[in-house]
Amino acid sequence: MALQSLDILRRSATTTPSTQVRSTVEVAKLIDVSTCIGCKACQVSCSEWNDIRADVGSNIGVYDNPTDLDAKAWTVMRFAETEENGKLEWLIRKDGCMHCADPGCLKACPSPGAIIQFKNGIVDFHQENCIGCGYCVTGCPFNVPRISKDDGKAYKCSLCSDRVAVGQEPSCVKTCPTGAISFGSKEDMKDLAATRVANLKTRGYANAGLYDPQGVGGTHVMYVLHHADKPELYSGLPKNPSISPLVGLWKGVAKPLATLALAGVALGSLFHYVTKGPNEVSKEIEDEIDQEDAK
Amino acid sequence: MIRDPKDLQRYNASERANHWTVGICFILLALSGLAFFHPAFFPLTQFFGGPVWARIVHPYIGVLMALAFLVIFLRFKHLNQMTPADKEWLAKAKEMVDGNDHNMPEQGKYNGGQKAMFWALAVCMLLMTVSGLLIWRAWFGFDITAVRLGAVVHAAVASVMIALIMVHIYAAIWVKGTIRAMWYGTVTRAWAKQHHRAWYRQMTGK
Repeated sequence: MALQSLDILRRSATTTPSTQVRSTVEVAKLIDVSTCIGCKACQVSCSEWNDIRADVGSNIGVYDNPTDLDAKAWTVMRFAETEENGKLEWLIRKDGCMHCADPGCLKACPSPGAIIQFKNGIVDFHQENCIGCGYCVTGCPFNVPRISKDDGKAYKCSLCSDRVAVGQEPSCVKTCPTGAISFGSKEDMKDLAATRVANLKTRGYANAGLYDPQGVGGTHVMYVLHHADKPELYSGLPKNPSISPLVGLWKGVAKPLATLALAGVALGSLFHYVTKGPNEVSKEIEDEIDQEDAK
Repeated sequence: MIRDPKDLQRYNASERANHWTVGICFILLALSGLAFFHPAFFPLTQFFGGPVWARIVHPYIGVLMALAFLVIFLRFKHLNQMTPADKEWLAKAKEMVDGNDHNMPEQGKYNGGQKAMFWALAVCMLLMTVSGLLIWRAWFGFDITAVRLGAVVHAAVASVMIALIMVHIYAAIWVKGTIRAMWYGTVTRAWAKQHHRAWYRQMTGK
C-alpha cells in the first residue's frame, strides 16, 4: 500500500510525529456474528483481492479451513460448538486483524515504517520495511500477525487499505452474502451495532453486545456478539485484551531509561578520566624495579 | 621486539584469542541489538548489510559468543573466587576511583572489582542466552508469555551488560599499561607490583 494515499497517524519505531495537519473520519468494519452463516466467501474474496493462496492443508475433522491464520490467509472462519441457555450453539467468528487504536504490533516493531497506523484507523504492514523479527507477533494481543516461510516477513489483514484509499469497502464486506459484514465510519458502525444488539435482545440474547475492547483503545474491526459477556466462547476471543504489561515495559519506559543510563556511563567514564586523570604506575614502584634489576 | 624479557605473562595466546572472540561478538551484538531496541540506534543496522541481515545474523553471533564465553568462564572461574581481601578491596573501591590507591589491600591476579565483573557478566550471559533463544523466531516458537518475558529480559539485561562492558573497557583504558595484557599477553613488573601485588610476588617469587 503506497504511503501517500492515506494520511498517517503513527508509524513504527518513529519518535517524531507523522502527518498531523489533516484528520479523516475513523472507519470500522462491523462483523455481526449472529448473521454469519460460515460460508467463507469472505476468505475467498480476501484471497482473490490480495492474490494470496494458503497451502492446501488437511482436514482435521472440523469446518475450519485453513485451520489458522497464515501469511497467505489473512482471515479465517473459526467454528465453535457450545451450549448456552440449554441449547447447542454453533458460533462462527471471522478472525483476523482487529485494527486496534492502540496497536501492540506497532508498539513492538523495531523497524521504522514497517507498521503504519493510518488516520482512518487502519493498521497496515509495509513489508518492504519489515525485517522479520516477529516482534509484532510478540506485541499483538490477538495473535494475528504471521511470519511468511517464503520471505520471512510479517503479514496480516490490511483492511483492504488499498481499496479504502480509493473509496471502496474491503473485499470481504463487498462479498458477504448475508450482510453480516458492514463497513463505514466507526460512529455509523456503532449505531448499526446498537440496532443489531437491540434486535438480539428482543430475541432472548440478554447479553448481546458490541465487542469494541477499550483495553486496546477500541478496535476498527468490531463484532456484534450474542454473548458479549463471554467473548471466549467465540474460539477464544479475549475478554479484556490489552497490550501485555511485559510489552509495555519492554517498548515503553525501558527504551529511554536504558538509553539515558548507557549515555550516562559513557559520559561518566569520559569525565572521570578528564577530572581524575589516568591510573598510572607510580614512579616510586618503577624505581624499585629498576633497583632490583641493578643488583 | 620484546622490550623487556622480564615482563610478566598475564594471558597466553589462546586466552587472548578466546577473549577477543567474545569481544568482537559482543560489539557486533551490542550494535545490532541496540538497533532493535530503540529507533535512535536503528541506523546501526547498516553495519550489517541492512536491517534484515542484522536480524538474521544477530542470534548466530549470540550463539558463538555464548560458547566462547563458556570457555572463558571455565578457564577463569577458579581465579575469580571471592576472598576476604577482595571484599575489603570492594569496600575501599571508591577511594581508588577517586584517584588514591595507596590504601588498597594486596590483590592476586584479579581484584575484587574484576571478580565482581566476572560473575556479573556470567549471570548476564546466561540470562541473555536463555532469553535470546526464547525470542529467536527463525528456529523456535515458544509460548507467547515466555516470548514476551524473554523480550523484556533480553532488553533489560543487555542494557546492564553494555553498561558493565563500558566499565570493563574504561577500567582498561584508565589503568595505564593494562590493555597490552590482552593485546600481546604481557604486563610490566611495575604494573603488576602496583595493581596486583600478590600476583606479582607469586610470579617473581619476591
